[in-house]
Amino acid sequence: MNGPIRKVATFVAVLLAALLVNLTWISVVRTESLNEDSRNRRVRDAEFSRNRGTILVGNTPIAQSVERAGRFPFVRTYPEPEIWSTVTGWYSYDYARSGLELSYNQQLAGTSSLQAASRAIDILSGRQGRGANLSTTLNASAQAAAVRALGKQRGAVVAMNYATGEVLAMVSTPTYDPNRLATVDLAAEREAWTELLNAKDEPLKNRAVREVYPPGSTFKLVTAAAALEDGMVPSTELDAPASLRLPNSSRSMGNSTNCGGTRVSLEQAMKTSCNTAFGNLGLELGADKMIAMAEKFGFNQDQRIDMAAAPSRFPTEIDEAQTALTAIGQFDVAASPLQMVQVVAAIANDGEMMRPYLVSTVTNRDLTVLSAQSPERLNRAISKSTAEHLQQMMIATVEDGTGKPARIDGVVIGGKTGTAQSAPDRPPYAWFVGYAEDPQVAVVAFVENADVDRDDISGGRLAAPIFKAVVEALR
Amino acid sequence: MSAQAQVQPQLADEVIVYKKRRNVELLLLLLAQSFGFGGWAITHLNLYGELPTNLAVVGGIWFGLGLATHLVVRFRLPYADPVILPSVFLLNGLGLAMIYRIDQIPEPVRTDATKQLVWTALGLVLFAAVALALRDHRRLQRYPYLLFIAGLFLLLLPLAPVIGHASGGARIWIRIFGMSFQPAEVAKIALAIAFAAYFYEKREVLALAGKRFLGIEFPRARDLGPIAIMWLASLAVMVFQNDLGTSLLFFGLFTVMIYIATEKPAWPIIAGLAFTAAGIAAAKFTNHVPRRLNAWLDPFSDYDRNLQIISAQFGFAWGGLFGRGWGLGRPGLTPLAKSDMIAAAIGEELGVLGLMAVVMIYALLIARGFKTAVTSPDGFGKLLAAGLSFVFALQVFTIIGGVTRLLPLTGLTTPFMSQGGSSLVANWIIIAILMIISHRSRLPQAATAAPQDASALEAASAQDATAVISR
Repeated sequence: MNGPIRKVATFVAVLLAALLVNLTWISVVRTESLNEDSRNRRVRDAEFSRNRGTILVGNTPIAQSVERAGRFPFVRTYPEPEIWSTVTGWYSYDYARSGLELSYNQQLAGTSSLQAASRAIDILSGRQGRGANLSTTLNASAQAAAVRALGKQRGAVVAMNYATGEVLAMVSTPTYDPNRLATVDLAAEREAWTELLNAKDEPLKNRAVREVYPPGSTFKLVTAAAALEDGMVPSTELDAPASLRLPNSSRSMGNSTNCGGTRVSLEQAMKTSCNTAFGNLGLELGADKMIAMAEKFGFNQDQRIDMAAAPSRFPTEIDEAQTALTAIGQFDVAASPLQMVQVVAAIANDGEMMRPYLVSTVTNRDLTVLSAQSPERLNRAISKSTAEHLQQMMIATVEDGTGKPARIDGVVIGGKTGTAQSAPDRPPYAWFVGYAEDPQVAVVAFVENADVDRDDISGGRLAAPIFKAVVEALR
Repeated sequence: MSAQAQVQPQLADEVIVYKKRRNVELLLLLLAQSFGFGGWAITHLNLYGELPTNLAVVGGIWFGLGLATHLVVRFRLPYADPVILPSVFLLNGLGLAMIYRIDQIPEPVRTDATKQLVWTALGLVLFAAVALALRDHRRLQRYPYLLFIAGLFLLLLPLAPVIGHASGGARIWIRIFGMSFQPAEVAKIALAIAFAAYFYEKREVLALAGKRFLGIEFPRARDLGPIAIMWLASLAVMVFQNDLGTSLLFFGLFTVMIYIATEKPAWPIIAGLAFTAAGIAAAKFTNHVPRRLNAWLDPFSDYDRNLQIISAQFGFAWGGLFGRGWGLGRPGLTPLAKSDMIAAAIGEELGVLGLMAVVMIYALLIARGFKTAVTSPDGFGKLLAAGLSFVFALQVFTIIGGVTRLLPLTGLTTPFMSQGGSSLVANWIIIAILMIISHRSRLPQAATAAPQDASALEAASAQDATAVISR
């Protein structure tokens, strides 16, 4: 009987070996995806119990973990929630996180690979681990001014030092109170989430970087840049009929402003935001040059900012009529306020695109620097002379064009207004994009539900004071 | 092997005396017990920042139980394998510590570990009782039919009205005077003994008569009777009690014993086909089995329904290779963490490596069981030891495989670790029987000369059945 017993024993050995192999399989193959599963309560609870690092503006915390007793030993608190919610984003048990809380989650939690050494020391010394702190590039007064100026309107402001790419202000209104989502009272958290998610004004949307809108006339800057790169000069004369018939189409394009004649210079067309002149310009340049210019400014590319952001769109297959429409920022052109501030910044920075960033240094709790961001050149969008021509045209637009409401005595300011419509039955979007030379800043002000006439002067009148408030706060 | 050779009278002058190795056993036992004891103390330390105040009392009881059991073995079964008892104490101790750890999760804390310790003590009392009362396991050989009927009766008892009791979809409990009991655990012992006795008696008939077909010798139709009865009983357990695991266990026990007795591979082949057929039918015609299959193959397709197995997987991932440590994981998130899913709790707090170590302890125990079977001089002892070892292995494989998603999950206990008195007590009795067989197989021949004159012939036939039957 020993023969069969040995065979059975061998069979049993195979079974037990299969158990060991399967355990190895769990450990090697399955562990990672299981730990990343959002339904894994163990991971979520541990994550939510961490002593996260502080997010700082200057020396003032805008997000910090405060110790408490109970199931979760720390609670994330936001001292000025309604000012900084766009930047910090939220941090919650059930609804993940957003903003810097999301993009720097590993550093804040202390789980990034760079922090492995300090994590090991914490474990060995029995110390409670703590995440790294973020020092931001933001400016508190500019941010507060932007929030105040936007008021109850839905909109966004992004301000950026055009020479370095440092983001000085980033606001999406209405803001919200992320403390309500970070609470350890999970019932209250769910209630707050439902309320915020279903609120009419959609406060959880980040209109500054994660939403794209038709840029309207502000896009004429890109069209003008393409023309100047193509050899034109600001004094080049353009046809500016009262109505421009679109090729192979029954539609035509009209003007919403007085262009000042039927044949105007490029600079004049910019100052008056003359649609038909720019429509003609688009037709003359053709789709390929328009696409190439837009893409040099960052359209159709992933955003490089250190926060989750949506890429802006410029259509790549367009006929002539559509080319004319895209030249004035209509049809399928869609840009985030961040994208438009980058266009202006490149112009103000003599053609160089800088990478926008919010976090300058990540520091461990022992004050050693984990990582630091210095200004980073992305690419040259336009030549220096094109940039200078555009600056001159933008300054003229603010001096005695549609951008007048943005004027500040004693500061050189260039700008461009825009009013764009997505659908005939919706209120138009109002834009103002511009820059100041001292302080060195490019700012975009955007109002989503501009309850104004559909002309550029009206959009400028609404958005330009917001721009002005931000620049003044930085002086 | 050489021990069997010594059975033959002409070699009596070369008697090999096995070392008793009781001191080794004691040393291993203390080491093994310290795992459970340490786990309990560390759990308390990690959760409350201090050692338990009753450290000395609990230590005294726990090591006292071990010492008492050791003394029973030392005086009654001195030649028994020295590794079996420490292995079992290690597993039992880890189980107790883990149950204690999971007790600490709810508010207020529970005291299931204390109850389990009482069950352990009862198991040890029965172990000692069997060791003291049963001098020779061959006495168990006398009543195969009675034990067979008793085993079947116990197995099917939960189907009876009034006392039968279903929980968690499986009708495998009886409840008398407020006490729940799983009769299948006792049935396992009764049937194992009955099968061993029956097949040892009938092995020649079962082995010799048959037809050759496709290169395999098939048994006669009328010899298929008992296997058909057992197949139907297993089917009944599967269908009416909704308990795939127990059904597999009994059928596996039966198959392995008939195979070892007859040495004919046709039996496991037939049995495998029959079980597959029943399994396919169950997958087609019941609701319970397809749900389990889905929970196995694609648990994430229905998160809420498969919460248990998914949570166990999360636990393994959370524990990682080295585990969170005693008291530092979240095993309470997995439903039934103390009973069916205790392997997941071990994996979470002691790590994948810890669970592998546990599997290796089981492997050690099972290997010693098979070794006992191989060295046992009598055929009945061989069959019984091999059958019990196999069913034990099958149970470990099925439940740990289920928890780790190697197999569909079936509601079996993890031997010696899961919470539950019936399983623990029954398994201690099985260990007692195994150690008696081991003791007798390692006994020096000079000392065995007394029991029966027939034993020499019996042993000779056992070591090489073909020689006697001479085909």
